[in-house]
Amino acid sequence: MNAVVGRAGQEGPLLKVEGLAISDGAVPITTPLNIVVERGETIAIVGESGSGKSLTARAIAGILPPGINATGAVTLDGVPLMRLAESELRKIRGSRMSMLMQDPFTMLNPLMRSGDHIDEMLRDRPEFASRFARADEVKRRLAEVGIVDEDVARRMPFQLSGGMCQRVALAAALARDPELLIADEPSTALDVTTQAEIIKLLRRVQRERHMSLILITHNLRLAFSICQRVYVLYAGSMLEVGDAAAVERQPFHPYTLGLLLSEPPVDIRVPRLVAIRGSVPRAADVLDSCGFADRCDWAKQICRTGKPPLTALDASRFTACIRQDEIQGELDALRTAALSAAPMTPRRGETAGALVRVHGLVKTFVGERGRPICAIKDVSLHIMPGESVGLVGESGSGKTTLGRCLVGLETPTAGDIHVNGIAAADFDAMAKADRVRVRRTIQMIFQDPFSTLNPRHSVGQALGEALGASAGATSPATAERIASLLAKVGLSAAYATRRPASLSGGERQRVAIARALAVKPAILVCDEPVSALDLSVQAQVLNLFRHLQVEHELSYLFITHDLAVVRQITERIYVLYLGEIVEEGPTERVIGNPQHPYTRRLVASIPRSAIQRAP
Amino acid sequence: MHGATPSTGSTAISGRSGDGPSLVIFVTRRVAITIPLLLLISFGVFALVHIAPGDPVRSLLGARASDPATLAAIRARYHLEDPFLVQYGYWLWQVIRGDLGVSIQGNRAVTSIIADRLGVTIFLSLMSTTLVLGLGILLGAVAAFRRGTRLDRAIVMFGVFGISSPAFVTGIFLLYLFGVLLHWFPIFGPGRGFLDRAWHLTLPAFALAISVMAIVVKITRAAMIEELDRDYVTFARARGLSSRRILFAYVLRNSLIPVVTAAGLVVVGIVAGAIYVEVTFSLPGLGALTVDAIQKRDIPTIQGTTLLFSAFVLLVNLAVDVIYTVIDPRIRFGRVES
Ligand SMILES: Nc1ncnc2c1ncn2[C@@H]1O[C@H](COP(=O)(O)OP(=O)(O)O)[C@@H](O)[C@H]1O
Ligand code: SF4
Ligand SMILES: [Mg+2]
Repeated sequence: MNAVVGRAGQEGPLLKVEGLAISDGAVPITTPLNIVVERGETIAIVGESGSGKSLTARAIAGILPPGINATGAVTLDGVPLMRLAESELRKIRGSRMSMLMQDPFTMLNPLMRSGDHIDEMLRDRPEFASRFARADEVKRRLAEVGIVDEDVARRMPFQLSGGMCQRVALAAALARDPELLIADEPSTALDVTTQAEIIKLLRRVQRERHMSLILITHNLRLAFSICQRVYVLYAGSMLEVGDAAAVERQPFHPYTLGLLLSEPPVDIRVPRLVAIRGSVPRAADVLDSCGFADRCDWAKQICRTGKPPLTALDASRFTACIRQDEIQGELDALRTAALSAAPMTPRRGETAGALVRVHGLVKTFVGERGRPICAIKDVSLHIMPGESVGLVGESGSGKTTLGRCLVGLETPTAGDIHVNGIAAADFDAMAKADRVRVRRTIQMIFQDPFSTLNPRHSVGQALGEALGASAGATSPATAERIASLLAKVGLSAAYATRRPASLSGGERQRVAIARALAVKPAILVCDEPVSALDLSVQAQVLNLFRHLQVEHELSYLFITHDLAVVRQITERIYVLYLGEIVEEGPTERVIGNPQHPYTRRLVASIPRSAIQRAP
Repeated sequence: MHGATPSTGSTAISGRSGDGPSLVIFVTRRVAITIPLLLLISFGVFALVHIAPGDPVRSLLGARASDPATLAAIRARYHLEDPFLVQYGYWLWQVIRGDLGVSIQGNRAVTSIIADRLGVTIFLSLMSTTLVLGLGILLGAVAAFRRGTRLDRAIVMFGVFGISSPAFVTGIFLLYLFGVLLHWFPIFGPGRGFLDRAWHLTLPAFALAISVMAIVVKITRAAMIEELDRDYVTFARARGLSSRRILFAYVLRNSLIPVVTAAGLVVVGIVAGAIYVEVTFSLPGLGALTVDAIQKRDIPTIQGTTLLFSAFVLLVNLAVDVIYTVIDPRIRFGRVES
């Protein structure tokens, strides 16, 4: 692997991207971008979904989808890539520059054994002419990415887990020892603990090979924790560029600060998450103004008179905010204020009068060929009135099944559920009046609100229907009642006429919450309610949940894989692992001092920024 | 190599062993379904004699003189005095030994009549299948790679035209244009020897191919366009694989799955279309034989050709299913996740 170092003897950065502008026909997707990657350096391109990260990566590699074109210059070690013919580029791709795509499950050829993805990269080399030499090399390459089970090379991609696919893909991408790797959200689609392993692996490989790495991510904290420099991309424009440590210490651009603040910290519970209002615009709509102006608290007329250029503040810091020098003081103050923790008053550990009580719950599904699949094994928990409880675990741990049992969408195989004292384990066996009462007491919010909203009904119709089902509803729902319901979730009355398809993800989730609130429930079971949302929108919705809890004395069962989210919103958590509760206690205690090995692994897998981390 | 912890990955994989035995099991199971189907069809074909209007003896006698000796011979051969199911048993046993009875025209064994005609039909169908799959996949691939261009639109237009015109209409058109007007190809007869026969059968094979080919072009084009957009194709390009490797190991192989699924229909469609085309081009094939036998109410011959066609359709479907599982291992294993 030292060949790489040997080859890279020349002066200057390894990769230089100058004025790279991507457009879809005549519609611009990015404004001209500049990116520099030194040899052996790791940089991050950070941005929310749709900001143009993936297309930038593909433009650098010269493999844009049909219809999308790019102008500008991409220079790899002195070679102007955009002027090369496809046949020349092919020799550079893979051997000097390689790329990992966003989704590990779709990256490998479904009809090819996983080992063959590495094998096919080696065939041109004379030393690997024989099949046995290649098989040996494949084994060695898989070992490099942490796969020691030799059988994996013979498996088909669909027989591998996401983390495993990602490892195989990484080995394939590195098979010709490139000097630059572009990794497009390499961990986003994976489970939390697998995410951490993949990131660790990428870092190790990058160091061992002295390779340059472009990490594309939407997770600012992850970028800070492993990259030397970060590029913050928003609506196709670079808003801030700088040394990771410096940007983290003191962000210069309001958007970077907003991102930092709206990413809920795991270490402390902040009094209020600072949300960025509104949502990401399209690049084409903000050609002549600061792309962030509509969402920025400091926006002035001057921000809309032209696109503020990315300007250097010192040798290593750039920002595209023209008002930076005037507002920096306020930005810093906000940062300090947000970091001060709000002490929680933990409830006394009483369990009498619990709103929801689950005892010895078991749920077994019938799987392939009649094999039983045990989704939940003997789970007991309780939720007090007004209490916000978290249920944490990876996908497959049984979280969703448990939530569905609570609201009667699944019938448990064994065990009791009491909601407000009513036995509610088997909805079919309940008296009608009891069933109606339980349905009003407990409501569910799903990850994808779209699937639960009828696309043909307007928001007003959906809410009207829900209001009609609420206790003591005698008259049909009036427009005022719908409007007041919308107001509760922070939407204007005008939304009543909209249809679900025309709403953004955050707005849809608000509508789903409003609908759940229509029957005045005592508890909401929320299944990953914010994980499908953009980061800046996520904070808005989390704030809404908090606000509603105080205002309506709601209880929550928050089902999520995201510890930072439960940290912000729950008082107590249960950790679910393979269908069993392995740890439970006040959120502070469990995250601050995890006892069970699985909880420790979960907590350790969260990327932490340099500031909060011991050096 | 240090510090790697491949923990979650290796445990998450469900342990399934090699694919050898499961393929054998699959094929065995598939064959086991085919046999009862074949029996069912044979029963239907056998029942033809009794379903046909009139006395079975008369039907089987046809134009021959109805002297008592002949009648007695027919009764004895078909065991007409025995119960129905016993008759079927005898008949099936004869069929299995390759005896399909005697044609009512000219006392020849049905098997030998079919053997005489089979060559032309097989030649025509194979030629046409080669054209359909070879040319169809090629045109579909070209259209996909050049999508949006004039060439693509021309191919799509040709497909619309092909689908909307039945084989005998295309046949008459080709016959008139290239046979009668241009004299490039002969207008009837099967030809002798391989090359002469290929020359004689070119127009019929094209007539037969065009309507079915349009389907293959359409499926291939759609599948290829979808494949070209796949993440794994982009990933393959990002790794600098040669365009030939990407075309064959990635795009083509993956887009052939829907084509193979349709291949059963394609082959059956061709063989069915052969019946019309043989009549249009006056070719002495099985199709012409069947049409002739139906007109003459030659029940033993109808039984023979029907049995052959049905068995063929079943076997083609069996073959397609097996090929399908060989190409796409996901079917064989059943999906692991979701
Ligand atoms: N194949 C495509 N055709 C047209 N527009 C596209 C295509 N791919 C992405 N886009 C658009 O380009 C913008 C940036 O997309 P992308 O680079 O995927 O963002 P990110 O990776 O940051 O989520 C989005 O507005 C998206 O809709
Ligand atoms: S330029 Fe204006 S609108 Fe843009 S971030 Fe700075 S202050 Fe806000
Ligand atoms: Mg992306």
